Amino acid sequence: MTRGITSWSAYLPRQRLARSAVASALAWCRQPAKRAATGERAYGSWDEDSVTMAVEAGRLALHAAPARNAGALHLASTTLPFADRSNAGIVADALSLANPLDTQDATGSQRAATGLLLRALSGAGAGDTLVVAAERRRTRPGSPEEVAYGDGAAAVLVGSAGVVAEFVGARSVAVDFVDHYRETAADHDYALEERWVRTEGHLKLVPDAVRHLLGERAIAAGDVHHFIFAAPHGAAIQVAAACGIGAEAVADPLLERCGHTGAAHPLLMLGAVLDAAGPGELIVLVGFGQGVDVLMLRTTAAVAGAMARGTVGRALSSGVTDHAYVRFLSHSGTLAMDWGMRAERDTRTAQTVHYRKHRELNGLVGGRCRSCDTVQYPKSRVCVNPACRATDTQSDEVLADAAGQVKTFTEDWLAYVPAPPLQYGNIGLHGGGNLFIEFADVDPGELSVGAATRFVFRIKDVDHVRGFHRYFWKATPVRS
Amino acid sequence: MASGIKDKVAIVGMGCSRFGERWDAGADDLMIEAFGEALADAGIERDRIEAGWLGVFYQDQSVSRSGLPLSMALRLPNIPVTRVENLCATGTEALRGAAYAVASGAVDIAIAMGVEKLKDTGFGGLPERTKGTFEDQWQPGFTPPGAFAQLGAAYAARHGIAMDELRRAMAHISCKSHSNAKFNPKAHLRNAITPEQVLAAPMIAYPLGVLDCCGVSDGAACAIVTTPEIAASLGKRDQVTIKALQLAPSNGVEMGHASWDGSHTLTTPIAAGRAYREAGVRDPVAEIDLIEVHDCFSITELVLMEDLGFSAAGRAPADVLDGRYDRDGAMPCQTDGGLKCFGHPVGASGLRMVYEIYTQLLGRAGQRQLSSPALGLAQNLGGIPNRNVASVAIVGLHAHKS
Repeated sequence: MTRGITSWSAYLPRQRLARSAVASALAWCRQPAKRAATGERAYGSWDEDSVTMAVEAGRLALHAAPARNAGALHLASTTLPFADRSNAGIVADALSLANPLDTQDATGSQRAATGLLLRALSGAGAGDTLVVAAERRRTRPGSPEEVAYGDGAAAVLVGSAGVVAEFVGARSVAVDFVDHYRETAADHDYALEERWVRTEGHLKLVPDAVRHLLGERAIAAGDVHHFIFAAPHGAAIQVAAACGIGAEAVADPLLERCGHTGAAHPLLMLGAVLDAAGPGELIVLVGFGQGVDVLMLRTTAAVAGAMARGTVGRALSSGVTDHAYVRFLSHSGTLAMDWGMRAERDTRTAQTVHYRKHRELNGLVGGRCRSCDTVQYPKSRVCVNPACRATDTQSDEVLADAAGQVKTFTEDWLAYVPAPPLQYGNIGLHGGGNLFIEFADVDPGELSVGAATRFVFRIKDVDHVRGFHRYFWKATPVRS
Repeated sequence: MASGIKDKVAIVGMGCSRFGERWDAGADDLMIEAFGEALADAGIERDRIEAGWLGVFYQDQSVSRSGLPLSMALRLPNIPVTRVENLCATGTEALRGAAYAVASGAVDIAIAMGVEKLKDTGFGGLPERTKGTFEDQWQPGFTPPGAFAQLGAAYAARHGIAMDELRRAMAHISCKSHSNAKFNPKAHLRNAITPEQVLAAPMIAYPLGVLDCCGVSDGAACAIVTTPEIAASLGKRDQVTIKALQLAPSNGVEMGHASWDGSHTLTTPIAAGRAYREAGVRDPVAEIDLIEVHDCFSITELVLMEDLGFSAAGRAPADVLDGRYDRDGAMPCQTDGGLKCFGHPVGASGLRMVYEIYTQLLGRAGQRQLSSPALGLAQNLGGIPNRNVASVAIVGLHAHKS
């Protein structure tokens, strides 16, 4: 059976910084822009990174998949939080994917995700592979990248059953063309002149690879319905034209909506195309970064009815416009705020405990009592139900997707959190459980007793002393 | 069937340091201050004390671990000293240890000391504290005000009361304690405040403003206990005896099971029920003359009025606003200012509450003296509403037949 895409999704952080807010904050040191500073860039809260965003995108893709499982989890990003600890392994644990499992981190280039997707699509005989890409790049205040980039993640599930876009062919070339770079452990990108990048890079390397692949497959450029190239629309149209592809086929780069999400952006754009594509449409997906990946896909009749339909659109429209530039700087780790002495609390993680409880912590796996059916977190040896208290009767219960209801809450201005107030409370779980948990992405005054919640995977604490941070789940309101 | 310890243990001496921001004093100074008063009150030689129980909560903050800090500070003659800790019920737990030692006949005279030196952290509020190697990895990074504030939203929802109305009752609670503390020279906060000030105060953890929160105080309190027979031999005519000492810790239901709705404390009614049985109290409202409860936050005192059986469910705000728990009300509560104003040096608080009841029972309360009280109740809530240790102590005049 032909391999292809069976599901897709995207996750974008809720906060969208208005570029106009950046322009006005920097008016003291910048000439007025020739063009108005328009649109927004997505940016993560203090407790989001490439791993947490990858988890959210991966969950959505699996939810929308015919079979909610995968035998491989491949993660692409140039901003992985751990240089030596499987980041994909954290994501896989959070998704409660079962072993045996093939996990892989791909990094080092903006082609990280297209490269993984190419290998997943061409892997004959392999099982379902979840390719997730996420990016959270730090930028210098006042740099062009600050407004151009965005934080986000996208996921594509590749398999053989329920294919919505089948693999047609691919071509990869490697060229050490340094349009920008970031040295290992450096905080920021160093970007070269746009005009040179466009003329010598985009307009030469991409058309050469695309034309070669089209020729090899005997496909006319005019038959391409969707040309996906993660660059400003005008630039993408020029590149498409150089490939012989018309402007009408050029996919919306989404830069006005969320900014450029780096290695994740080709997958994000691909998802947006699949959200709206009809059957039998040819897609050319380009990855650019020290060479070119070109992937060709053709949608099937199943695309219109795919469960994943609309996932990227929902991610794009789920944001709230933010004009607080200083908050953006703080959440991005650029501005070191004074959080007081409470922030000095030691947050050392007992790794032995974390290992014993890694499924409970990473996957929000609780227990369900076989005697009384009570759902509980954490899973324990003795049932928490006062009318039961049976010993060793609990089966694993994955609670990550469980619905909850606010039972109690507060907005705590005393507790240390890099986004005060710290909000937390008790959540009632369907099935009789209760979970005392932090809230994420809640505006002050938004919570109320009885409000519906869902869980999201986030950074719990950052250990600055030991260079470690730990993850856990938080509750967030279900918004219509 | 165990008969309990009612009237088996008499309190022959009590002491309490001045509470507050004691920049001048360390934990040893505070213990010596309380001990000096208790020893003089008991009228015994220091070396007649045969065993000690030391209650400290934030061990790393002030005196470190073990029973040594008490033995060392008072230069006790190498008698056994046991260090206990049960969150904010620590002081009562220390008294329980000493009382049980006397009741069992193991020793004739024992001391319970509670102490806390909080104001050496360098910042306001209680010290930061690990919750445990697993719990730190999943429980919220809560503070005490935030954890107790949860009661507010849940209580308002459960009883269909508007938050503004609930906050007015909470404000009355704080104002009442301030007006009582005015007559307590040892209290930390002795200024009068108005409901308007409470409601306009900066928010700490919704719906708790800063004036809904108790003081963070340094202090120590202690009790010397013996048998009523020995007390009589010491010439004690008006004896205060322990009628009941009960403890009810959570077992995880509140934090893990839907049956708890978050609007009250599950453990307090359990501890109170046991204490009423041990003391032989059948009608707490009619029989008990004064109460000291764990008013770490105004909302806590409010829900405790129901959990102890003094107000009907949903009626506490109205009872509070009616003045029922004021010093001149039907059930005076926190005549010394409570945790709110006397202060809350955690390990000392349970003993401080008993100290006030003891003082009132013996008619030594000066300007805040009640008219002939005979039986009092002290309640602690250690921990947070969804994971705690409730303690209830009932003490009364020995002649009092409840």
